[in-house]
Amino acid sequence: MGEDLKKFANYIARNLPKTVDDSSIHYGELTLYTHPDRLERLAQFLRDNDKCLFKVLLDICGVDYPHKQKRFEVVYHFLSLENNHRIRIIVPVDDGEAVPTLVNVFRSAGWWEREAWDMYGIPFEGHPDLRRILTDYDFHGHPLRKDFPLTGYTEVAYDENERRVVKQPVSLQQDFRDFDFESPWMGVKELLPGDEKALNQESETEKEDGKVQD
Amino acid sequence: MAKYKTEAKEVNNYTLNFGPQHPAAHGVLRLLLEMDGEVVDRADPHIGLLHRGTEKLIEHKTYLQAVPYFDRLDYVSPMCQEHAFALTVEKLMGIQAPERAQFIRVLFSEITRLLNHLLNITTMALDVGAMTPLLWGFEEREKLMGFYEKVSGARMHANYFRPGGVAQDMPHKLADEIYQFITNFPKVVDDIEDLLTENRIFKQRTVDIGIINTDDAMNWGFTGPLLRATGCPWDLRRSQPYDVYDKMEFKIPVGKKGDCYDRYLVRMAEMRESVKIIMQALDQMPKGPIKTDNRKVSPPPRSEMKESMESMIHHFKLYTEGYHVPEGQTYCAVEAPKGEFGVFLVSDGGNKPYRCKIRAPGFAAMQALEFLVKGHMLADVSAVIGSLDIVFGEVDR
Repeated sequence: MGEDLKKFANYIARNLPKTVDDSSIHYGELTLYTHPDRLERLAQFLRDNDKCLFKVLLDICGVDYPHKQKRFEVVYHFLSLENNHRIRIIVPVDDGEAVPTLVNVFRSAGWWEREAWDMYGIPFEGHPDLRRILTDYDFHGHPLRKDFPLTGYTEVAYDENERRVVKQPVSLQQDFRDFDFESPWMGVKELLPGDEKALNQESETEKEDGKVQD
Repeated sequence: MAKYKTEAKEVNNYTLNFGPQHPAAHGVLRLLLEMDGEVVDRADPHIGLLHRGTEKLIEHKTYLQAVPYFDRLDYVSPMCQEHAFALTVEKLMGIQAPERAQFIRVLFSEITRLLNHLLNITTMALDVGAMTPLLWGFEEREKLMGFYEKVSGARMHANYFRPGGVAQDMPHKLADEIYQFITNFPKVVDDIEDLLTENRIFKQRTVDIGIINTDDAMNWGFTGPLLRATGCPWDLRRSQPYDVYDKMEFKIPVGKKGDCYDRYLVRMAEMRESVKIIMQALDQMPKGPIKTDNRKVSPPPRSEMKESMESMIHHFKLYTEGYHVPEGQTYCAVEAPKGEFGVFLVSDGGNKPYRCKIRAPGFAAMQALEFLVKGHMLADVSAVIGSLDIVFGEVDR
């Protein structure tokens, strides 16, 4: 299985030089990494090439990695009915960097791209109708970004005076409780007075361990 | 002879608001229809009125706490969706459910398929004017939900399939009851079929309505009965079998034309195949454990907890912190009654999913609505929506 996938990845890389930046195989799934400029070519190749025939675009989604150099990854899942294969393409993009739309290659891309725009604010260049799709009509922000709070910023309520539903800043009786399950001795970044002793001790024990191994 | 004055009158297209509260919209769909007289010129579905931010919520819950959210996506076929999530987590953790659990899951996936198809077929018939199938179908659904309740304690939102197996074993005699039900069920399918399949009105309303061919269906990302109705025998239970589907014998019904009527026929035939699978699952179900004995994933039995300190700790840790899933990303899909239901899970090694993207089959179907209804009459819109099997829980997430 893994060998076949590796061969297949090489086959794609050979036929489309300079298109696939990287590839990985985990859990029997092939993932290709590419650049926004070459995405459309790659998708077209995957759809039309006799060995690929990935005619179904199953899904497009964004993933937010605020700490990575390029903040977002746009993930495409393809399915080939003829060869019973799946493939995943990942396009890393920066905040605000546009990805070319795949609407011209796969009709189904339209709404998924709208969703990725809505949820993450990833613009899709050439999209015929890049409106919000899942959120409310006058919604602000991109809710699936990691820096967007779970509770959101606004809530709706009925205003007695105005006799209509109004939006107001969210007010919670109790904050969302996010428990930290790490024990107080794990994962502490800042040093409290006295911690340096423990640290020194640890490094000493490590040294001793090292000696034992030597 | 009276003289009529004829003068050219300009007729403008007008826009019609279909929904969000319309019985034929199958939920909260706001459909903006641009009508040229009685003919649909453009259809712009506005979805998201039922958006609850499931994916965001899952990012803030442990893996176990994420399971109930899957019931609430497509709320007429809950267990199939739990199945997808359970399989994805199992894949990332490298664990496997014991054989009995796999059989139970297959059994209840098929019961879920019956639940879903019964609702869809009968409500679609209701949309085009037939009321009796709904009444008959819901009687059967009630019994099926009784099985749900017996096995999980809840009639709809079961929270039963867990990563590593199922929550608890089937109660005593439930297998017999399901067997009883299943032996009588084909008769009900026959009855509904008697009412609909050769029904003149039903055929007038569905034959040649909303035709889509295989290539277009693939282009629009169709899966499941919608794709099979076009004549493409694609079924994940056969082509990429999960759990014990590879041990099951069943046929894959396909349509010829890909119109509303074919979609109805495919679902009807699928119910009969589900009956066969349920029979086989009941026959072949082995005895044994129903969840993995990996104590880092599934909790120990209560009796063990009374005696063993370690079991107590495991239990406590599992229900507070939850388990940690190794870093990685994977996509797993099941053949849900509506089509391919997939979960793309990204784990950063923590006790909560880093990203959980839900691939809902209804989303793709909804998108193709304009393609399907363009040029049809207004009355056909409800037939098409009915045949697409839309449930807004999963479309809006």
